[in-house]
Amino acid sequence: MALLEVKDLKVHFPVKGGLLPRVLGHIKAVDGVNLTIEQGQTYGLVGESGSGKTTTGRAIIGLNKITSGQVLFEGQDITGMKKSKGIDYRRDIQMVFQDPYSSLNPKKRVADIVAEPLRNFERLGRDEEKRKVQELMKKVGLSPDSILKYPHEFSGGQRQRIGIARAIALKPKLIIADEPVSALDVSVQAQVLNFMQDIQKELNLTYLFISHDLGIIKHMCDHIGIMYKGRYVEQGTTEEIFHNPQHIYTKRLLSAIPDIDPKQRATQAEFRKQVKEEYDQHYDRYFDEEGLAYPLQPVSKTHLVALPGEVE
Amino acid sequence: MNKPLLNIKNLKTSFRIKNDYYAAVDNVTLSVNQNEILAIVGESGSGKSALAFSIMGLHNKLRTKVEGEIIYKGNNIANVSPRKLNKLRGSELGMIFQDPLTALNPLMTVGEQIVETLILHSKMSKTERKKRVIQLLNQVGIPRPEYTFEQFPHELSGGMRQRVVIAMAIACKPTLLIADEPTTALDVTIQSQILDLIKKLKLELNSGIILITHDLGVVAEMADRVAVMYAGQIVEIADVYTLFASPTHPYTRSLLNSVPSTNEESGRLHVIEGIVPSLQMLRREGCRFKDRIPWVDESAHEKHPELHEIKPGHFVRCTCYKEFSFPNKLEEEQKYGTS
Repeated sequence: MALLEVKDLKVHFPVKGGLLPRVLGHIKAVDGVNLTIEQGQTYGLVGESGSGKTTTGRAIIGLNKITSGQVLFEGQDITGMKKSKGIDYRRDIQMVFQDPYSSLNPKKRVADIVAEPLRNFERLGRDEEKRKVQELMKKVGLSPDSILKYPHEFSGGQRQRIGIARAIALKPKLIIADEPVSALDVSVQAQVLNFMQDIQKELNLTYLFISHDLGIIKHMCDHIGIMYKGRYVEQGTTEEIFHNPQHIYTKRLLSAIPDIDPKQRATQAEFRKQVKEEYDQHYDRYFDEEGLAYPLQPVSKTHLVALPGEVE
Repeated sequence: MNKPLLNIKNLKTSFRIKNDYYAAVDNVTLSVNQNEILAIVGESGSGKSALAFSIMGLHNKLRTKVEGEIIYKGNNIANVSPRKLNKLRGSELGMIFQDPLTALNPLMTVGEQIVETLILHSKMSKTERKKRVIQLLNQVGIPRPEYTFEQFPHELSGGMRQRVVIAMAIACKPTLLIADEPTTALDVTIQSQILDLIKKLKLELNSGIILITHDLGVVAEMADRVAVMYAGQIVEIADVYTLFASPTHPYTRSLLNSVPSTNEESGRLHVIEGIVPSLQMLRREGCRFKDRIPWVDESAHEKHPELHEIKPGHFVRCTCYKEFSFPNKLEEEQKYGTS
């Protein structure tokens, strides 16, 4: 059984306007997303800004209201669950946010920030709580003595690790990491990514890794889903997506990554031009009249591509 | 063939912190030629933006001291009066700022803001100006320029805003363009469009461009020459092919090793120990990178590290590069800098 299964997830936001605020239409931020993550794996969700990848992540954890569809966590439907009942899955799914500067309350000490999930779900004595927080700090590679400091006393990478300490406090099964290293310098990025891999092995964590940086996605993920305008255009293993991309949008996205070898410049530019031409020529073939992706069709067992044609 | 457009000599930019001045840019000597893209790379806190702001004269004079020479077309523009500088800024010197939301005035329409530079620096009539702005917006790839002309910054997406900032910077066809992390906030597809646009500018206007970034992929694609900065100093400078083929300074090598790349198989990423020292904590004697490669023997470093020309055009600071290698064992231990 998969740890997380998302079935035909839709998140539509109403657009209000007019004299009396009436609903004029809907923005389909997420429009029919299916994904499955197995225990212990890392699933990468890629897309440009506005593609709905963050909304998908937030909908899974319950921060965005789901319009329709199902989210199954360990086989249990958690979509319609009331707060009182859903309390268990809430401790099993945690989130690491993008910006380590705004996701930690500047007026709270690190001890209180990291202890907050513990206070919500576990009744610990004061000493026990302190010990637990210190343990967590050690786990994320920060000095246990620094729990009385405030977030501004830490560097960006350290803050992101405090965010991770908070996320793993309750020993969750799934962590949704929304662009966890985008705000960080390359060297600090490396530190946080390495650390996330270590802790994944140690705690057998499952990650839903949301990012627009394909280099990082390739480094971290086993499976990848590529989103465009709220829909999936392609899904497959990292190998399949990077070495055998089928959808024109995926190809375009891959061709846009800057190459780290300056000698490849000319070839890369030529390749990019080709893909761009192909994209312009065959746009109609890959997208419907509204410019949206078609439903996914299997190419291989794990590789799905949004191509036109009969569904099912 | 290519004349130097900008010559920076021994530039030292210091900020005042509690009545003491601390140099964020420490004795930097650089030149930018016409029709050349010079990339400046480094972590945040390495002084690359402080350098750019010094060239443009954007530092607050009350809290900042700029020493040394910045020679643009034969004239020293360091510490000249704002009035003189204003003639250059916006017309001959253009700057693309990192954060498009704070670089734009939220109360003015996009059109008005770009028109403003044209009012100050050109003698166009009102209709000519509007025509030029629409042409500019078109040039930076904004789909409906007439419509966007009337829009406010908040109505645009991040990528669109960045294009507006670029349109503003190139409105008067600058001969020197400073791009401070122009694509950091953007998606890859838009990033490649913007980078193409900057390259096209270089060809069309024969301008010199200083590209400040921490994305080594962008550097590999764009730059002609690369300067690597660490703690206010240039630690390595070379043409782009040399730098990527044989990076020499330990800092350059560590940076290149810490990037997850799409064409290499994933292993562990290299982590540079410790953090960039803050201005006050920075040790100003000896090799500044010493603390982050503690396994390298003390005797490998110079007392007063200089830039050595190891090959024509390839300069490396300090002698520690000769002894430097990555310690795999240390990497496995994963030491974290605790504060």
